[in-house]
Amino acid sequence: MHEMSLAEGVLQLVEETARREGAGRVLRVVLEIGRLSSVEPEALKFCFDAVTRGSIAGEAAVEFIDVPGSGGCLDCGRTVALEAVYGPCPECGSYRVQASTGTEMRVREIEIE
Amino acid sequence: MCTVCGCGGDGARVAEEGHAHTHVHADGTVHSHAHGHGDEHAHAHDAAVADAHEHSHRHTDGVVHSHPHVHQGEHVHPQDHHHEHGIGGDLDFGAGPARAHVPGMSQARMVQIEQDILSKNDAYAAANRKRFDEHGIFALNLVSSPGSGKTTLLVRTIELLKGEFPVCVVEGDQQTSNDAERIRATGVPAIQINTGKGCHLDGHMVGHAVERLNPADDSLFLVENVGNLVCPAAFALGEHHKVAILSVTEGEDKPLKYPDMFRAADVMLLNKCDLLPHLDFDADLAEANARRVNPDLTIFRVSATRGEGMSAWLDWIRSGLEAQRSRRSETVAALKDRIAELERQLGNR
Repeated sequence: MHEMSLAEGVLQLVEETARREGAGRVLRVVLEIGRLSSVEPEALKFCFDAVTRGSIAGEAAVEFIDVPGSGGCLDCGRTVALEAVYGPCPECGSYRVQASTGTEMRVREIEIE
Repeated sequence: MCTVCGCGGDGARVAEEGHAHTHVHADGTVHSHAHGHGDEHAHAHDAAVADAHEHSHRHTDGVVHSHPHVHQGEHVHPQDHHHEHGIGGDLDFGAGPARAHVPGMSQARMVQIEQDILSKNDAYAAANRKRFDEHGIFALNLVSSPGSGKTTLLVRTIELLKGEFPVCVVEGDQQTSNDAERIRATGVPAIQINTGKGCHLDGHMVGHAVERLNPADDSLFLVENVGNLVCPAAFALGEHHKVAILSVTEGEDKPLKYPDMFRAADVMLLNKCDLLPHLDFDADLAEANARRVNPDLTIFRVSATRGEGMSAWLDWIRSGLEAQRSRRSETVAALKDRIAELERQLGNR
């Protein structure tokens, strides 16, 4: 359940920012989770709801920005879309594709009042 | 209430191991908790006299207070953090109601903007790595499923190498200190970290273990992570390499099923190879699957119990350690040159 640790990491960043801004409560948390990252958005949302109970973000809605995967193929040199983690290059079939987008796990922004 | 250790709300909790204290916040609320430090601090200890000492620190709300602090070794922490120290023994990060540990979690939260969810962990890992590099220490993070033979492999590796250079070990498991005891039986120092319900070690836990073990210069530092092929992939500990262990009693397609871990690793040990004649396991297929996920993977076929194939693995460790040593001596030599140059410039004035 490393989603639990990640959810607590998110809460920590959210609380820090909320306090700095003197917020009363957090309405919305927007997370950027790449399709190739090692996290399941649904599991992260479940854990986030659990760890935020009673906190400044207790009623916050969680939104995800989906980041599609892409990478550069080391064999054919093309920039290609990656559907699966460490999937083959759709152009030449090589598995030597270096992911450039889709591995993100970031807190993008929060809405506070 | 502190979400990590659960203290606070019911009076001061001064645990036998670890420390807690009561304090007043700027808004007037009084509560107690195991403390986190907002400021960086370093302090030395005289272990010969006592392991306890007192120090003061400032919270983010400006309250300064001092309290006794019990632990061994010397440490510098990069950021605010929550910690529970004991004297000797093992580290249990699963003692709170969450039964899990979060690096950097503390009551005294710092006002700081970081966007990457793992940024706190990465900062702890970077601090560990810096310490390893400054002291010529070669650090490995061993990861695998439960039952792949990690501990047996470690014991065998230590027995074969301990006469050549100092070795120390961090053992991660949810519960029990069985593995650390197996390592200590070889005569090298080992610390057990219990993660409770946590599924992986993190940079902060390992930072505390490093303080406690205080590894020697030019030594080998081995971490046996929690047996889990998923979660430890995401959490850097400061190691130079992740070493994934796959045993031939598992499936050849495991690298495809759990690609993150085999991608994160630089080395794969195919263990229990002495059993190959009795199994349908296709070792070439397993290697091909691993290289499909990670084309740059270095692979060794070994049998930790019989000793076959161990020499190539041991040579790989020796060369890694040698590289760390020469890196450190180059740094020291460069610093000496710089000092000599500055002294010469001063002499010319």
